[in-house]
Amino acid sequence: MSVVLNAAEIARALRRIAHEILEKNHGSSEVILLGIPTRGVVIAQRLAQEILGIENAAVALGTLDITMYRDDLRMRAPRPLTPTQLPKTGIDAKHVVLVDDVFFSGRTVRAALDALTELGRPKTVQLAVLIDRGHRELPIRADFVGKNIPTAKAESVKVNLSEIDGSDEVKIEGRSM
Amino acid sequence: MRDLLSINDLTKDDALEILDTAVQLSALSDSSNRKFPTLRGRTVVNLFFEDSTRTRISFEAAAKRLSADVINFSAKGSSVSKGESLKDTALTLQAMGADAVIIRHGSSGAPAQLARKRWIDGAVINAGDGTHEHPTQALLDAFTIRRHLKKDQGDLAGLKIAVVGDVLHSRVARSNVLLLQKLGATVVLVAPPTLLPVGVEHWGAQVSFAIDDVIAECDAVMMLRVQKERMEDLFFPSEREYARNFGLNAARIAEMKESAIVMHPGPMNRGLEITAEGADSKRSVIVEQVANGVSVRMAVLYLLIGGATSRDLAAQIGDQS
Amino acid sequence: MNSWLIKNARDLQGKDVDLAVANGQIVHVKELHHQYSELDAKGLTLMPGLVDLHTHLREPGREDAETVFTASQAAVAGGYTAISAMPNTLPVADTAGVVEQVYRLGKSHGLCDVFPIGAVTVGQKGEQLAELVAMNQSEARVRIFSDDGYCVADPLVMRRALEYVKLFDGVVAQHAQDPRLTENAQMNEGEVSARLGLKGWPAVAEEAIIARDILLAEHVNSRLHICHLTTAGGVELVRQAKLRGVKVTAEVTPHHLLLTDEMAATYDATYKVNPPLRTESDVQALRRGLADGTIDIVATDHAPHPQEAKDCEWSAAAFGMLGLETAFSICYLAIVKSGLLSLADLWQRMSIAPAKLARYENHGELTVGRTANFVLVDLNKSWKVDAGALKSKSKNTPYDGMELPAVVEKTFHNGVLVYDRENQGREGA
Repeated sequence: MSVVLNAAEIARALRRIAHEILEKNHGSSEVILLGIPTRGVVIAQRLAQEILGIENAAVALGTLDITMYRDDLRMRAPRPLTPTQLPKTGIDAKHVVLVDDVFFSGRTVRAALDALTELGRPKTVQLAVLIDRGHRELPIRADFVGKNIPTAKAESVKVNLSEIDGSDEVKIEGRSM
Repeated sequence: MRDLLSINDLTKDDALEILDTAVQLSALSDSSNRKFPTLRGRTVVNLFFEDSTRTRISFEAAAKRLSADVINFSAKGSSVSKGESLKDTALTLQAMGADAVIIRHGSSGAPAQLARKRWIDGAVINAGDGTHEHPTQALLDAFTIRRHLKKDQGDLAGLKIAVVGDVLHSRVARSNVLLLQKLGATVVLVAPPTLLPVGVEHWGAQVSFAIDDVIAECDAVMMLRVQKERMEDLFFPSEREYARNFGLNAARIAEMKESAIVMHPGPMNRGLEITAEGADSKRSVIVEQVANGVSVRMAVLYLLIGGATSRDLAAQIGDQS
Repeated sequence: MNSWLIKNARDLQGKDVDLAVANGQIVHVKELHHQYSELDAKGLTLMPGLVDLHTHLREPGREDAETVFTASQAAVAGGYTAISAMPNTLPVADTAGVVEQVYRLGKSHGLCDVFPIGAVTVGQKGEQLAELVAMNQSEARVRIFSDDGYCVADPLVMRRALEYVKLFDGVVAQHAQDPRLTENAQMNEGEVSARLGLKGWPAVAEEAIIARDILLAEHVNSRLHICHLTTAGGVELVRQAKLRGVKVTAEVTPHHLLLTDEMAATYDATYKVNPPLRTESDVQALRRGLADGTIDIVATDHAPHPQEAKDCEWSAAAFGMLGLETAFSICYLAIVKSGLLSLADLWQRMSIAPAKLARYENHGELTVGRTANFVLVDLNKSWKVDAGALKSKSKNTPYDGMELPAVVEKTFHNGVLVYDRENQGREGA
């Protein structure tokens, strides 16, 4: 098990992503950050904090539960559902930034895109992730990446966030030394 | 959880999981008239041996909103003596590859037989069997009570709920007594002694013969349908006498707590167990119960066949060998 | 080959015994001449053949469920040398013609004695007395009359029947079930029926008829037999009546000595039976009643049904379960193993007492000069019930898969070996 990002590095990565989001979207007024549970929601909150610090303006924030749209539902016991909460304005004609912790096969993002289709028609959909570990199984790419970490497929990437796990840290587990 | 035959199949945590899932689904359904791809490719059969349009369309709406393929199979009067047997009907559905069979049957225990004898691989969901149980009705009732009195959170501890009327013949009452008590509520059964089963003292619920003695202290009053034919079987002398002693009327509603709600599983006999004032009062959540029924049934379908089912696992094992 | 020397067996008291059989009768060993078979019965217990006073043979009418022949095969496999055919057949055995038909069928198969029971009323409708004397005077010599399956509910009809059978020392066997209190009833009324939502069959529906009929029998000084007693209250009614000197006898089935209404919680209609399975305290009262003699006999109420009549919804299923092949093992388990009665006392209630009650002269006794109706049982072995392997044409046993004590090894009827477990079937005859 090895630590690939510590707390300070996570904070720096998120600050940079916040800047990039603002830059790409010419500010925050038309942006909606949608966190994908569980840790994507926390990361979206932190990005919103960063944007508030930079722009001195609140960015619209929400959560998007993608469970019902997953393509691997039948491979395990049913997963509990979590709330989907959208800003009152809805997502039509907005720049929706999906936020997740680890970007892996791309299937979660595919499910999120399906879920969004049911909710409205955003102007653009972008993707922000803390870690991109590769091994894509679908033609999907991220717009904003905290850190690219090459991994073997058998390894697992564990993102700890203080709000949920008590501390900030990204580790790789199952790596043979 | 493989089947839903009786509330006894559920632990308290199972029941809360269904209610919590239904809360999420009802929020999503409220935001737009959405359809989820979750059960795409799954086949859900509505196997109804008794007429019950409202229960059938509720399950049908739930299954369709989850993108399941729905087959409605109405097999009225089917039994050994008349027409095709339950077993042969079940084997027919099995051949069609049903992932879930929602069964309504006039004979207590028919869903349990389908499940126990495993004439069907798919999940068996009891949509009302004889005078035994109607678990999804109890779940939607608990959901409705929790929404109004507990803000969709936790269990029903501290609440007192009256179940009034023909308890003897009511599958709704049996499932509700089990579920509401499991969730921590106090249940008081109100009925003439003729309409209470021998053995009711083992149910753990309070029993009262006078609605006026309990109505002021209840948080919810659930009126049961009383069939007029019961009068011929000597369960009560006349409709008038029943309505006077056990019906929910304006005067009794006035006695209720500020926050208390009025419920009825439907269809109502207006003028018998409930007056128009009772059915249409501000306290009445009867119409809401119908909407909540769809969310609860979606939750049940999702939890039973949304994830890996025994059929899926069997197929996987088959693939490997 | 109808001469036998059974050696090294044990009798009901556990003493060593040899038994000689010639020409269908029990003889002194020294009377045996050449030409006999010798059988070493070491380790086996020798007893008079069992006698059942309550058997549904289904022939004529429902030969898909059972026939006189298959029931006879089941009977001898269970250690019975006499069974009594209940009259609820199609047509109902309410005339001399039908009872003689059944009697002759039994005789022609020759496995065990088949004694028909006649219907009390025409068509078992409870309205008009059947021709009881004609049945009694027929070749079948009917001594017991019953509308079993239905109660003789009308008190006047019951009174007349009780009076009328005094003509020939007959007995009326009542199926005690108040019809109004049991309309569409499905199982014992109580905690379990309330939970399962199955319509209740109250104990009082049985007890009210027992009480009434005891008073009627007392009033007209006639013999009354109560079929399949199932409730603690019924046992008490019979006990009090006997103390008063009323000529009442009673029977209990093996299943009511073992199973309770909790079995219905499976909704498996195999457990649907009339009268219904009752509570644990009823089971205990029945066992005590059998032990203290209040209940005179065990009767099987063997009730075969085809699979489709059981493989269906509980409320649509037929009432009844098989009994002949498991009766002795079940009673041995419930009564002897539990220490309530000795083996000899149980045998008294399954062989001697029923033979006496029904006046079946050739059964229940093993003394020189009597007909050789007896069985050899291994009490040290057990067997696993396999519904599919039962001799009965139907398979509706509640004991499928159960391991039961006591194995019937050989059954002799009229001196002929009619069942041999080793050879799984019929020999001689």
